[in-house]
Parts: sequence; structure tokens; C-alpha cells
Amino acid sequence: MTGSGAGAPASCWSCAGPVDAALPFCPTCRAVQPPRPLDHFARLGLPVDFALNIAELDRRYFALQRQLHPDRFATKTARERAISQSQAVSLNEAYEALKDPLERAIYLLKIKGVDANPDGCHTVKDPTLLMEQMERREALMEASTPSAIEALAREAASHVSESEAAIAAAFAAGDLDGAGRETTRLKYLVKLLEEARARKARLTAERSSAA
Amino acid sequence: MQFLQIHEPGETPLPHEQERGLAVGIDLGTTNSVVAIARQGKTEVIRDAAGSALVPSVVAYGEDGVVRVGEAARRELEYQPETVVSSIKRLMGRGAEDVKTLGGTLPYELGPPAEGGMVRLKIGERVVSPVEVSADILRTLKDRTEIALGQNVDRAVITVPAYFDDAARTATRDAARLAGLEVLRLVNEPTAAALAYGLDSGSEGLYAIYDLGGGTFDFSLLRLEKGVFQVLATGGDAALGGDDFDHAIAERFFKERGGTVSADDTKQMLMVAREAKETLSEQPTWSARIAIGDVQSSHTLDRATLESVIAPWLDRTLTICRGVLEDAGVEPAALGGIVLVGGSTRTLLVRRKVAEFFGREPLADINPDEVVAVGAALQAEALTAGSDTLLLDVTPLSLGLETMGGLVEKIIDRNTPIPVAKAQEFTTYQDGQTAMAIHVVQGEREMVDQCRSLGRFELHGIPPMVAGAARIRVSFAVDADGLLTVSAQEKTTGVEAGIAVKPSYGLSEDEMAEMLRASIDNAREDMDRRLLAEARVEARRAVNAVSSALVADGDLLNAVERGAIDQAVAAVEKAISGNDRDAIGASVEVLEQATQQFAERRMDRGIRAALAGRHVDQLR
Repeated sequence: MTGSGAGAPASCWSCAGPVDAALPFCPTCRAVQPPRPLDHFARLGLPVDFALNIAELDRRYFALQRQLHPDRFATKTARERAISQSQAVSLNEAYEALKDPLERAIYLLKIKGVDANPDGCHTVKDPTLLMEQMERREALMEASTPSAIEALAREAASHVSESEAAIAAAFAAGDLDGAGRETTRLKYLVKLLEEARARKARLTAERSSAA
Repeated sequence: MQFLQIHEPGETPLPHEQERGLAVGIDLGTTNSVVAIARQGKTEVIRDAAGSALVPSVVAYGEDGVVRVGEAARRELEYQPETVVSSIKRLMGRGAEDVKTLGGTLPYELGPPAEGGMVRLKIGERVVSPVEVSADILRTLKDRTEIALGQNVDRAVITVPAYFDDAARTATRDAARLAGLEVLRLVNEPTAAALAYGLDSGSEGLYAIYDLGGGTFDFSLLRLEKGVFQVLATGGDAALGGDDFDHAIAERFFKERGGTVSADDTKQMLMVAREAKETLSEQPTWSARIAIGDVQSSHTLDRATLESVIAPWLDRTLTICRGVLEDAGVEPAALGGIVLVGGSTRTLLVRRKVAEFFGREPLADINPDEVVAVGAALQAEALTAGSDTLLLDVTPLSLGLETMGGLVEKIIDRNTPIPVAKAQEFTTYQDGQTAMAIHVVQGEREMVDQCRSLGRFELHGIPPMVAGAARIRVSFAVDADGLLTVSAQEKTTGVEAGIAVKPSYGLSEDEMAEMLRASIDNAREDMDRRLLAEARVEARRAVNAVSSALVADGDLLNAVERGAIDQAVAAVEKAISGNDRDAIGASVEVLEQATQQFAERRMDRGIRAALAGRHVDQLR
């Protein structure tokens, strides 16, 4: 496949004129165009890079949704409503994939041709990582007060930030293997953090209903 | 005479006056409903002669065949409670089986369930579904608004609890259709309230909406930024509200006086309980002597007792708040404000508990009974007249499929922005398997039987293969109204079979058609008017496209060719001003043929330009 934007223009479904493949609207008649196959970064007009300014991501996402969300097409033809829906779906997919650092790392590795073992169900080859995670999990299972769990959750949260920084550094250095290894680690850390939060919520709820 | 109107590209001319009716916002509540309209950003709540905006969501099906809605129906509670239906919203989208587990004494007698399993009520000789009862309420709201404004009303934004599942949303949509209203959008109640607040105050930052109505509780966390209302997380309970307080108080009174209790007694006692509850928001004590059935009794209730009775429900709401905040990773202190919505937030203990939990006084400066309708009206105007504000909502509950062993495989997680589409591949587990059952569920639990079943369907025509070889792709799509469509197809052999699923407790198309025929005299007229309006929109789109193309590339045509196109455009314009849908469609087709050659030349020019601009050296 050639890069987006280059080559022959597509034909606008509404006025039948030429329209550049990357544009969401026909430059002639302004009719909304179906989403083209773009990577998530290109769809939001961002450089392909792990280091991402979240405020900039939000700004671009909001600006595009303002133009493309189905709410803008409520009085338009059925076809335009359907196209706007698929545009909004593509934007949401891109936004969700880029907003979260873990998802972004997995996606970036994927488009660079590295499988970061996203399902988490394959064997982990790194024994240090495995030991580290097993210990943390045990600690979480043994913690029985909300404050003990809170302390573990805080610790996990700071490990998550460190891991994200390590991934950013690896990508910046062009070290895809390192980025891949650290992404696997981040996946475990995020899961641990979620479990800690869920366990704390359960415990707090039990206590407040018992009180 | 002007043949060809030239507009700015993308701008359609204003629709003909009177062509479409007004678009309103409707808060279809468990206890009361409210209608509002927005014009040029100014909102107006529709009130009756006495100045009241609240229409009780109560319907009486008289033995004389007359259907009464609102205050008139509520008065019937005293004389003929057996003919009256209230709090129907709690049964929207529910199956006969679910209702048994709803808990509390239902003040209804259940009839035989509908074909699809939807619960139905037996009212005297009549059997009605929740969809029909809601349609009766909506029809009254529509009529009342048309009288108040002196104009036809045919489109509406209707609000639903954020926590409403897919079946309840579909049921609400169906009810509107039955009442002759086109639903522009289903908007979540807390989001509508945020819209009313945000636009009012121009606020930015994180806001939490605590919405406790008659039958539902919703808690939503939103980010407001330059006219964008982004829902970050939402939670709630579709069966928790002021009604529960009433039931608890009524039960207490029944216990005090002893004896047996009939469904009609319950309805009357609930009214007394509500009066007691509402009085205690103003005064420290309440007492009354009541006569229900053959028994007279005296009861008193003070505020402290009321508060101890209702406290468990409020604690449940706060547990939900805590969960939503944690989901989003937000501390209560980070909030810019907390907004109270829903009639039940008038209860003093609610305000106190919320203030205590969030460590600040909540905002309640817009009437909590009317704020949701006001937000819905603003959204109705935004959708029809255009606006700079944008609502970005999320799915309230995870959506998934049943897999081996009764486990749920989640396809779309809760709090995912909508619209959304996701797909996952599954495979067969037996050699030669040619069909696969697909069971769609909604909920957060891991086991299927703890989630809500939305529908089942089967995919047939899978070519026989060894186990694990087939690739069945199941796609979930949730639109901007929060409505789900599921389809499946087998991909390995190119044989594709697919089916879209409707939730189990919605109405089938046949049932809907039957109801429309039976219950609405002007349904056909409504439908015709809508199709005519759609044909006009499409025709204007076509004229607009050609006009823009002529402005951009008109030089590609000689005078004769240009004349032919102008003539075809004029014919479409003439057809649009008439009322013949087929003539409009035919004129658009002629226009498309007349511009075919023009389109080819434009594409040629575009391709030449692209090549010349980018790849000059590759020209041959």
C-alpha cells in the first residue's frame, strides 16, 4: 500500500469530484467523506511517536469530533449520517488507543512490526519479571485493610509511571526490543494496580455496609 | 425568476417554514415528566395553566375506554386504583422473568408476556406493555406542548438514565415512535443536566452529576472544556430511587396498622408515603389519619426516623460514586463542582450526605426537576439548528458474549466513548460444526448468569471444517444513542453469513407495525411526512453538490452542456417545492445523469492535477 494522501484522488460520493484521500470533507461540495485507512496517529494529525502531549491529543480529537460527530449530521441525509458515524467511530478508536500509555505502546510496537504479546496469555520469558509480579500479587492478596491496599496501590502507581518513562526512553533511543520488554512489564503493573483498586473498593463497600 | 440558487459550499438553504415541526427536549421520568424547548439558546419549560411543569408519569386506563395521563390519572388513584399505572419506567425493556426479581410489592397485576418475552400489565380488560404506557405519556406531552406553542411538534431529544441498558433504550425509542415522535437522540440524563449547567455558567473543569430520581440513580463524571462535554465515567443503578423510599415508608405504615394488603392498597399507601416524605423536607414532623380499604389508621413520622429508613439507599449511591471516581482515577477534591439532579435530591439527608462525601456544598441552583428537560431542549436545538457545543458520551455497561463454561468475553468495556465498533474472532470447537449460537450480554460480572441477557442468535452456514479452523468474526456497534447492533460472519472461505440482533425485550418490527396500525390514526400521515422531508433533504444535498461543482469547475462545460445541467437543477428545485416524493426522487436521478460527463471531466482534471503536483517525473 502506498502512503496516504499520495497518488490518485478518490471520487466524492456526493458531487463526484476529486477529493484527496486524507481529507474528511470534499473540498468542493463539503460533503463528509468515509474514513480512509489511516494509522491512529495520522488520523489525529499527530507524529508517530510514543512521547505524546495529552493536551494536544485532546485538542485535536475534540476539534475533529466537533466536525465529524453524528450530532452534527442529525438533519442531513441518511448516507451522511452513516458516514459521520463511521468517522466518529474511527476517531474514538484512535483516541482510545493513543490516550492510554499502555495501549499506545502496544499499538506503536504493532505498527513497527513487534508483537508485544498483547493478550498476556503467552509465556513470559523474563524470570525476574515473573518473580517480581508474583511477589507483588501475594502481597496484595495478604493485605486486609484499605490502608494497606492503598499503600500497595500507591507503590504500583509509581512503578507504572517509572515504566512509562522507561518505554518512552526506549522508543526515543530506537530500542524496540527494550520497549517491547518494558511494555510487557507495564501490562502486569497496570493489571496489578487495577486489582488493588478493585480490592480496595470492595473492602470499603463491605465495611460501609457493615457499619 | 431565479433558477439556480448559489449557496456557500456545505450550506443548505433554510428548510421551508412549516415543513418540519418543532424539536423539543423531553425528560421522561419515573414519577414526573417535563418538556422544554430551546430557541436561539433561550430555554422555556412548558407549563400548564397553574404554572406547573411536572406532568405526573401516571396513566389511567378507564373502563370507558378513555386514557387519562398526568394529574387526571393521578386523581383516579383514589377512586379506581386498579385502572392506574405509575412508575412504568422501572419496567422499560424488562422481561417477564426480570420483573419477578425486581423486589418490593409491584403495584401491578401482570398479564401474559409479549411474544418476545416483554412484560405486560393487566389493567381491567386491557393488557398493555410498558412501551405502550410510555407512548401514552409521550403522546400527552406532545399534545400539551403543541397546544401551548401553537405549532406542530414531531421531533424530540428524550433523556434516559445513563445506566439504562440497551433493552430499556430501545423500548424508549419504540415508545416515542408509537407516539408519533422522531427521536433525534437519546441523551443520558446526567449529561443533559451538565449541558444545562455548563452552558449556563460557562464552566470548565471536572464536574460530577449526582442524579437521584424517582426510580433510577445515575452518577456521571464529566470534563467541560470550551463547549465540549466529555463524559469520563458513569455508574448507577437502574432500580434505585425515591420510589424505594416511598416503599420503605409505606411498609412501615402497613406494619403499624396490620392486616392484609392488596395491590390497590399499596398504590394508595405509596401516595401517602410520598406526601409524608415530601412534607419532611419542609417540616420536622408529619402526621395523618388515613382510610385505605376498610381500615382507618393514624400515623406519624419525624425527620430522624425517615432518615434512618432511607439511609441504606443513600449509602448505596455513595458506594457507586466512589467506584466511578476510582474508575476514572479522580479524587473528590479535584472536582470543580457537584451538581444535584432529580426530585429525590430535595430530601435533606441526600444533600447532607452528598456534601459530607464530597467535602463541599453541592450545586442545585437550576430546579432539579427541570434541569434535565432544559438540557435535552438545548441538545434538540443543537441537533436541528446547529451549535458549537458537543456531547461525547460513553457506554455505561460492558458488552460481551457468552463463551465456554458460561463465562463472559467482553467486547466493549464500560466507559468507552460512543459511537464505537469492535470485533473479535471466535472459532468452532467441534469438527464439522456448521452453526454457532451467539449470546449477547451486558454487565460487569464474569459469569453470564450474573449479567443481563440482551439477545441470542445463531450463525448458520459455517462450512464444515475441523474444530478451530473456522474464523467467526463477531462485530459489536454502539451508535451515538447507545444502541447496540451485533453481527457475525465466517471469514475463512469467503462464505459470509450475518445477522443483526435486536434485544430480547424490545418490540419486533411486526409488533411495532401492528401497534402503529392499531393505536395511531395518523401514523401513516406522520410516516409520509417524514419520508417527504427526507426526500427533500436528499434532493437539496444533490443540488448543493452540483452547485458547488459548477462554481469550482464550471469552465469544463460549454454553454449547451451548462444549460442542460441548469435545467435539471431547476427541475429538482421545482420538485422540492411540491409535495410529490416520487417526483423529487425522479428529478434527482435525472440530475445525476445530466452531470455524469461533467463528473468524469472533473475527475480527469483532479487526477492530472495530482500527478502534476506530486509526481511530475513519473508522468509516463
